[in-house]
Amino acid sequence: MDHLAILPVVLPLFAGAALALIDDRHHNVKLAVNVAATLLLVAVSLLLLADVQNGPARISTYQLGNWPVPYGIVLVLDPLSAMMVALTSVLALGAIIFSAARWHRAGQHFNSLFQLLLMGLNGAFLTGDLFNLFVFFEVLLAASYGLALHGSGKSRVKASLHYVAVNLASSSLFLIGATAIYGVAGTLNMADIAMRAPLLSPGDQTLLQAGAAILGVAFLVKAGIWPLGMWLPTTYAAAAPPVAAMFAILSKLGVYVILRLTSLLFGEGSGAEVHLGAAVLQYGGLATIVFGTIGVLASQGVARIACFSVMVSSGTLLAMVGYDDAGVTAGALYYLVSSTLGLACLFLLVELMERGRSPGDDVLAVTLEAYGDDDDEAEQTPEAGSATPGTFAALGIAFVCCAILVAGMPPLSGFLGKFLMIGAMLDTGTAQGEAVSAGVWVTVAILIVSGLAATIALMRSGINTFWVSLERVIPAIHGVEIAPIILFLALALGMTVYAQPIMSFMGTAADALYTHGGYVDAVLADRATGAGR
Amino acid sequence: MEAVIAISIGVLAASGVWLVLRPRTFQVIIGLSLLSYAVNLFIFSMGRLRSNAAPVLDGAHDIGAYADPVPQALVLTAIVIGFAMTALFLVVLLAARGLTGTDHVDGQER
Repeated sequence: MDHLAILPVVLPLFAGAALALIDDRHHNVKLAVNVAATLLLVAVSLLLLADVQNGPARISTYQLGNWPVPYGIVLVLDPLSAMMVALTSVLALGAIIFSAARWHRAGQHFNSLFQLLLMGLNGAFLTGDLFNLFVFFEVLLAASYGLALHGSGKSRVKASLHYVAVNLASSSLFLIGATAIYGVAGTLNMADIAMRAPLLSPGDQTLLQAGAAILGVAFLVKAGIWPLGMWLPTTYAAAAPPVAAMFAILSKLGVYVILRLTSLLFGEGSGAEVHLGAAVLQYGGLATIVFGTIGVLASQGVARIACFSVMVSSGTLLAMVGYDDAGVTAGALYYLVSSTLGLACLFLLVELMERGRSPGDDVLAVTLEAYGDDDDEAEQTPEAGSATPGTFAALGIAFVCCAILVAGMPPLSGFLGKFLMIGAMLDTGTAQGEAVSAGVWVTVAILIVSGLAATIALMRSGINTFWVSLERVIPAIHGVEIAPIILFLALALGMTVYAQPIMSFMGTAADALYTHGGYVDAVLADRATGAGR
Repeated sequence: MEAVIAISIGVLAASGVWLVLRPRTFQVIIGLSLLSYAVNLFIFSMGRLRSNAAPVLDGAHDIGAYADPVPQALVLTAIVIGFAMTALFLVVLLAARGLTGTDHVDGQER
């Protein structure tokens, strides 16, 4: 596959480094470089996706520095990692276009940090080495600390303080887990660990599982599982909108790593006797959905609704990963892409909707329902762009689409994602002639109720924003701010229309995960013949 | 040697956790530092504890005479990253102190 696979890591690294050298006064130059680098990244990730789809091998590897596999670090490109890299780059493109209106000027080194965040994300998706994963995690976390603080202000600094502390502690857990696994298995290469795990003595198996469990906690913190995800709503709500849109994929990274490691170490055919943590993922995921749903209903303001929706989405994915079934996972992957697009879109919309509203309005809006309506809003000066009634209508339509997407209502892809997951879950039991278990019904019920709650909460804020206050200031909006929202919604629409080919791709991605030998063989293929290509 | 290392890791980690749970930001940062020391020792000990053994292989000697070099490389990386993160956290801590006027982790006294 040549050197294409390393580009998603190297390109943002060089772009980020170059951007750090340009003086902050030339912010238009920096923005242009950033957009150009992100566009290139989108092109590269689409090439990788085409490579995986049409190439001779589903899974290909890239040896860094051409060091032979068990000793050197290896990047692994399989359908899942290619898809995640593509999703990251598309989200980044939207976020950076949105920030062109004003956010890229709100603080120092926004552009460099943004590119370094992309480097960390892409590296974490591509790497096949446990410690290298830690390094990429730290790269993206360091960049995300900077970005969470972007724009400064009391609420951001307060939220970041918690965010940094929680993530430093979870990084410690990551290190303990990774090195405990090294201490037992004697290797850091994920495929090598997966190959050696079944051969370990029972005592070492226990240590390996303990290490994997500690490692898992670090990723569950990132994914925002209940009760480890309390930092998530505050941090995401305080972050600048383009940053929050990028953060929508950070919680998916935790889910991705858990999916990758559990399928490798404890999945079907891995020789492991127990699927470690399957129950924890299922029950924890369901608890997260319930907690997120309550949060969505209790939230005042769309920003917090979006944050709790991130938790609901994470919880849904974790519960589905816990099922450890290729069909359910394929549906979950479809849902992952669609919900990430929807949530990123919602984070961007929030700022546009709340522009021209006084900060107390959200509290007011909820109390309005209880105590009746009396409009007395102060006039506000528009912050940027031009105000026309058309923009208000466009915002309203975008919000409705976004709400449909996030809540999982027909006809958009959010509904299809949920439908596919529920369908696959109901199939798992009945395929073997068993009745559908009560647990599955409970999961289905929780999934559907969480969608209903999101509908209610988003409809309430939509009515309060767009219908109730007639004398309100029409928000002034730049074209570049509505463009990424249209991009995300168009992608979601595309996912709905081309659901069949996309779903077959997700099917191959899930199969590649669960055909255990595939990943291990592809990575360790060069081992017998010595150094690779 | 094993017992001494194990006890010191345990004491460091326990003190670290206790300090992380304290309400002052300075206590939290010292707690996180202690935690990272404990973790660094743990990483080091995962290569099995040996004294007077070089981590570098030269020639075709007996492999058992050498210490495992990988955890030593890992611990170096972990120290560097941990140091950078602590410095970054210190900046956030100072910014929070400046903006909120208190060193309570929640930005207000209770």
